[in-house]
Amino acid sequence: MDYFVLVIAAIFVNNIVLAQYLGNCPFIGTSKESSVAIGMGLAVVFVAAMAAVITWCVQKFLLAPNDLSYLQTITFILVIAALVQFVEMFLKKAVPPLYKSLGIFLPLITTNCAVLGIAIICQREEFTLFETLIFSVASGVGFMLALVVLASIRERLDLARVPIAMKGTPLGLIMAGLMSLAFFAFKGMAS
Amino acid sequence: MITSSVLILLGIGFTAAVILAVASKVLYVYEDPRIAQVESVLAGANCGGCGYPGCAGAAQGVVEGKAGATVCVIGGDTVAANVAAIMGLEFSSMEKQIAFIDCTGGVRAEDIYHYAGVKDCRAQNLLYSGSKMCPEGCLGYGTCVTACQFGAIEMGPNGYPVVDPNLCTACGGCEQVCPRGVITIWGMTARITHLNEVNDCLAPCRQKCPGEINIPRYIEQVSRGDYAGALETIRERIPMPLSIGRVCPHPCEGVCRRGHVDEPIGINMIKRFAADWEMNSGTRQPVSCAPDTGRKVAVVGGGPAGLSCAFFLRRLGHQPTIFESMPKLGGQLRYGIPEYRLPKAVLDWEIEGILDLGIDVEYNKYFGKDFSLNSLAEDGFEAVFLGIGAWMNLNLRIDNEDAEGVETGTEFLTKVGLGMETGIGKKVVVIGGGNTAIDAARTSVRLGADVTLMYRRTRDEMPANIEEIIAAEDETVRYLFLAAPTRIVTDDAGHVTHIEYIKMELGEPDASGRRRPVPIEGSETLIEADTVYTAIGQKPELSCLYDETGSCSLEETRWRTLGADPDTLVTALPHVFTGGDMHTGPALVITALGEGRKAARSIHQYLNEGAPHVPDNLQRELIDYTMFTHVPDVGLRKRPTMPHLIEYDERTCSFKEIEGALSAEDTKHETCRCLRCGLTCYNRDLPEGVDCDAGECLKNQ
Ligand code: SF4
Ligand code: SF4
Repeated sequence: MDYFVLVIAAIFVNNIVLAQYLGNCPFIGTSKESSVAIGMGLAVVFVAAMAAVITWCVQKFLLAPNDLSYLQTITFILVIAALVQFVEMFLKKAVPPLYKSLGIFLPLITTNCAVLGIAIICQREEFTLFETLIFSVASGVGFMLALVVLASIRERLDLARVPIAMKGTPLGLIMAGLMSLAFFAFKGMAS
Repeated sequence: MITSSVLILLGIGFTAAVILAVASKVLYVYEDPRIAQVESVLAGANCGGCGYPGCAGAAQGVVEGKAGATVCVIGGDTVAANVAAIMGLEFSSMEKQIAFIDCTGGVRAEDIYHYAGVKDCRAQNLLYSGSKMCPEGCLGYGTCVTACQFGAIEMGPNGYPVVDPNLCTACGGCEQVCPRGVITIWGMTARITHLNEVNDCLAPCRQKCPGEINIPRYIEQVSRGDYAGALETIRERIPMPLSIGRVCPHPCEGVCRRGHVDEPIGINMIKRFAADWEMNSGTRQPVSCAPDTGRKVAVVGGGPAGLSCAFFLRRLGHQPTIFESMPKLGGQLRYGIPEYRLPKAVLDWEIEGILDLGIDVEYNKYFGKDFSLNSLAEDGFEAVFLGIGAWMNLNLRIDNEDAEGVETGTEFLTKVGLGMETGIGKKVVVIGGGNTAIDAARTSVRLGADVTLMYRRTRDEMPANIEEIIAAEDETVRYLFLAAPTRIVTDDAGHVTHIEYIKMELGEPDASGRRRPVPIEGSETLIEADTVYTAIGQKPELSCLYDETGSCSLEETRWRTLGADPDTLVTALPHVFTGGDMHTGPALVITALGEGRKAARSIHQYLNEGAPHVPDNLQRELIDYTMFTHVPDVGLRKRPTMPHLIEYDERTCSFKEIEGALSAEDTKHETCRCLRCGLTCYNRDLPEGVDCDAGECLKNQ
């Protein structure tokens, strides 16, 4: 049951983009087409899960014992960047079709604050390794959900007659704001 | 503290560096440097119009050989040339493609949904599948206009999209968003190889034309004075507008929607006008051809089917050679159709234009004697088109059929066509009721004979065109209906003197729906004749397909024609195609021309893709719901009559062409009468009494 609440909270209540305002730049940048949004979303789920697990280990076995938790942010950035690079090389060699379908999204994630945010939240909430895994996957799914919904709306908006000045990103931001308001309705359902 | 921080960070950094260094060695994947080079010369718009996810994808496609130098849809020739230079490819100018909107039917605003909510084509399509009446036509909400990144589409005055060909880059954006498939990105190859599909914007006339000519479009072009454009539209389907404009019995006019209001449009008259305009101007309109592929194809038979096949093969970039058994090309057009209907000078001019595209011809070469399928393969021909026509005459199966003075109608017409002595007498009887019989009769009149045409059914059942039947009557041909020959009577020298025939009466309808003639016992009568021409049907001469051992790798049908797939025209051998009378049995010239194009299309696909293929929604029959007969809101207008070049009394002693072309004014009037039909829509906007002028037509574009 706890895990269920954890998942619901991560996807809807504390949605990483719409409630925590993390990862806004890829959110706006890659939400123009649903197919791209799905690709990006999957990549985030994948990387967020790996990054959270590895950073959990780094924190647990390296930083915490040495009393160096204040180095958390910089260490995590380093680890995530290296991890993404590695994953990219590995996929390119071992699973070329997956590498191709993830395409440019993997490198984009290197500097994605949503991934870093997920890793840090796991530490702040003092999750166990398994909880970390569940939470990171669910948060990734929440990111993907927001991305796909916005992409679908924007696809539709592309064909609508809107004032030129509002076309594209400005309207995208407004939509993101409205969506975020809508997600606030989940507040209080779980924490 | 600081030391341990630094040490830990350096340690992590170093470990990550080592892992990545090792990984980059172990997991190294070679990447072709040309990908980056190609990407750098592409347009860089990442528009996706090429079908790849952005320019990087396109560059990879080029390097992997999946795409050609012309991959970039917006880069034009310069970009293509640069890509070709990097890849060491041969570059020839790319085919110009633009967005093409076929659905420009009449004013039919009332057919469009006015739903106040989600106003775009896709939403309308999902909610209501579009207009109330036409299941395929344009919805007019202009989704394509918003989708076009280059501003090349606008909503025209009637609320339907209009493409600006100069701005269109053929990126395909509009094609992707249009839910009705109204917009297609077309290049010449696509236009030539397209077959009518049930969801195309097909006016009744277009559905019926065996050549699949885009009739409303060329009529509209003529109405605007764009004769060259009209000819280009016609030549996407048939190579011989001059000949067809003269000899076609215009089946299209039979289903013309306007026929339900007053009289059908003179579709063929308009075609003839445009074709004559080109010939009289003395300059040929340019006909574009795709870059040479150097693939050799043999076309056996230089009749309409063969000429059409060769013409389109050439336009698709291949190298056809025509093998013709006669000293000149044209087949039945030259040797079967008399001079007064199709002057040889006109035919020659037309054929010269076709050959000028770069088609080789070998004259006096008999298939099965001078060359065979095997020898063609040895000579490097990768595919063969067989179109030798149907020249063998059916027999009457009566006594003395081979008497002197008895000949087949085609033999007679061929002799006249070749300018040979015919040996025609004074009293000629022609047996048969088709166009060949009429041609033989009218030709005999011109050679000074007294002609009777004997047919075993009535005038209503004659398969010949009604105009021809009347014209023959006007030229003093006598008809003897309900009479079947039973015996040829000869003199001592074996020369025909009389025909004995039996009178017939009409009985029950037979399988063809026509009432079967039955002989009246004891009604045998003699009719005097010193020359008899029989024209009761023809079939192809297939003996040339058999080798010395008497075997044949191709199949015959039960009608003794060459068997082939009706859509792809491929025979039992994958590299041998057929078309025209050899495949259909005696049929219209336009049918043969249409089959020639279909065969060229199949050969093109066979050469490029290994096998021909057809879409599964081909239009074969007339589409039922488009054949309504109530056509309201259209004013009456008179159809002009074809002018005659020579008068009746002069006609019977001269082979001069009889029919002339419409005047420019009459043609304009006639084009204005056209309703510019779509599947169910048509121009309703010509109220009764309003004069038809070109401005009206322009408005309805
Ligand atoms: S062409 Fe297609 S997209 Fe454009 S207005 Fe018509 S139905 Fe809509
Ligand atoms: S009115 Fe024009 S478009 Fe309509 S069927 Fe007749 S010729 Fe064709």
